[in-house]
Amino acid sequence: MRTSTYGIVALLAFAGTAFAAEGNNAGWERPAENQIANLPSLQRGARNFMAYCSGCHSLKFVRYSRLAEDLKISDELRDQLLVKPGAKFTDYIVSSMPEKDATEWFGKAPPDLSLTARSRSPDWIFNFLTTFYADPASRQTGVNNLQLPGTAMPHVLSSLQGVPRLKAVSHESAAAGADRAGAEPAGESGHSNSPFEPGAQGSLTPEQYDNFVRDTVNFLQYASDPTQLERQSLGVWVVLFLLMFTGIAFLLKKEYWKDVR
Amino acid sequence: MATVIEGKGGFRAWLNKRMPVDQFVADQLTGYYAPKNFNVWYFFGSLALLVFVMQIVTGIFVTMHFKPGEATAWNSVQVMVREVPYMWLIQPMHAVGASFFFVVVYLHMARAMLYGSYKAPRELLWIIGMLIYLALMAEAFMGYVLPNGNMSYWGAQVIINLFGTIPGIGPDLVEWIRGDYGIGDATLNRFFSLHVIALPFIIALLVMLHLVALRQVGSNNPDGIEIKEKLGKDGLPIDGVPFHPYYTVKDIVGVGLFLTLFAVVVFFAPTFGGLFMEPPNFEPANPVSTPDHIAPVWYFTPYYAILRAVPDQKIGALLMAASVVAFLFLPWLDRAKNKSIRYRGAASKILLGTFFITFVVLMWLGLKPADGIYVLLARIFTTLYFLFFILLPFVSKADGNGPVPDRVTYHAH
Repeated sequence: MRTSTYGIVALLAFAGTAFAAEGNNAGWERPAENQIANLPSLQRGARNFMAYCSGCHSLKFVRYSRLAEDLKISDELRDQLLVKPGAKFTDYIVSSMPEKDATEWFGKAPPDLSLTARSRSPDWIFNFLTTFYADPASRQTGVNNLQLPGTAMPHVLSSLQGVPRLKAVSHESAAAGADRAGAEPAGESGHSNSPFEPGAQGSLTPEQYDNFVRDTVNFLQYASDPTQLERQSLGVWVVLFLLMFTGIAFLLKKEYWKDVR
Repeated sequence: MATVIEGKGGFRAWLNKRMPVDQFVADQLTGYYAPKNFNVWYFFGSLALLVFVMQIVTGIFVTMHFKPGEATAWNSVQVMVREVPYMWLIQPMHAVGASFFFVVVYLHMARAMLYGSYKAPRELLWIIGMLIYLALMAEAFMGYVLPNGNMSYWGAQVIINLFGTIPGIGPDLVEWIRGDYGIGDATLNRFFSLHVIALPFIIALLVMLHLVALRQVGSNNPDGIEIKEKLGKDGLPIDGVPFHPYYTVKDIVGVGLFLTLFAVVVFFAPTFGGLFMEPPNFEPANPVSTPDHIAPVWYFTPYYAILRAVPDQKIGALLMAASVVAFLFLPWLDRAKNKSIRYRGAASKILLGTFFITFVVLMWLGLKPADGIYVLLARIFTTLYFLFFILLPFVSKADGNGPVPDRVTYHAH
């Protein structure tokens, strides 16, 4: 390696360091830890989405047929469990709620979720769905959310999770998104650093609920970029080919250049 | 110029009688002598050409499925990547290609600055190169606006409004560019036309002129010594090798390395952590919902940081324009006798090194919100940025005149 090579490497390394992502963790934030290659998780996520989300939220760029094909769901199961009454299996997944009514009921139509995992992130959705808490100040829904304070969305999953209460100490700071809860001692519910204490009970344990959300997030990550697995598996071969190509090109170059003095 | 054996008969002779194919190859490739001491920095010229061709080819396919316009653009991109075979690969190649184009072009420019390639007799070569860079910026900006994502919308809003700071004609000019009172259907349709027809043609023409000018003056090299001044008995440069086959086979190695890196990003990290494709652009344009903070794509952020470093928007816009245009004057600001940084003193090395670091730091600052420490840093580094151009004439005059070797530095492998 010559100085010039070092020069480029140094310049790129410097740029890389400058741009390296900085942590911006507000203490209560947790990684989703979903695994996009986990097919059963994706299938459960699709089921969860259709059961709990699709009443209000659409996936307007995803067709039932494509979803079933990618997630290896049989035609029978697809038609029985996924496709909404009145829809064809080749249709896009659209919400059952007319946009006008939705705007009237919630003040804002529930957003399409096709790309939320890319515009926000899987972690963001995971934290959104796990940080609803009882908030008497919210007249509309009776709940609030740490990830998206003042959200118009009611706690749709309260029958599963219950409705946690914010710990008194961390209430204000956490709701303000401040970096406090991380210093709290381990809570009883779910994970350490939890800013919550149990409120009304749901049908799932905290772990089961996390897994439920994890599967749903996983599915939304798939929906945001349905070809990502195919892309990565093809990518391995492309990169291997290119490395081989480069190697041969290098030997060719060496052969030609050996008589340059 | 090498003489061409026209062939005794057959198709080749027939062809050469009607079109100077062999003569062209002899002039441009086998008879074009390039210095034998090129290092890795010299890969980026051919790579820029490669990316340009790749952008055209992927662009042809994206254009087949893209529907310009306010109501259709965003949806058509989503539908093409999800439903048209292999567009999940080709569309990201086009989007990521834009970022790689700038990586390559910035390194190509850095090379010219390191080895004084802009100095006489290559001033015009440098200026044509800078015009390519300007056209490329316009091309990339419009390409970024076309999909009509939320960052496209707000980025376009900020950039186009800059023209409004021009005294007198500003507000009318902005309206004329947009074709509307806001960024609307008219804006997106004209940007499509410019992005797909006008600018690619202009860039192709400029690239051709860039190569014609290069053939006239010949390539510079890391030592900054003119190889044409040391001719052998055969009248050919002693320190030169024919471009083909020597640099064609060498550039293929560069192509291989480049495509490997490119494939790693396209297949495994197409958004590159939100740097090549910004998260807000996965939401459609929304005139009532501003992204948390608006930042252009990374390749524009050095200039954006300069713009925001100044409290007064008019002066900020002026400085921003100056920061781009300043490059055009490098051939005359640099008054050293020697071209290459290798044969200049420590002051020159520190000056140029500081400039490279400043450029990257400004790039990073442009992505940050303009508050607190970032504003102060942006002001410091904006000052350093312009200090480079102000000090260069004096520093280069003072310590760029040492002895240079007679022949280029080359170690046979």
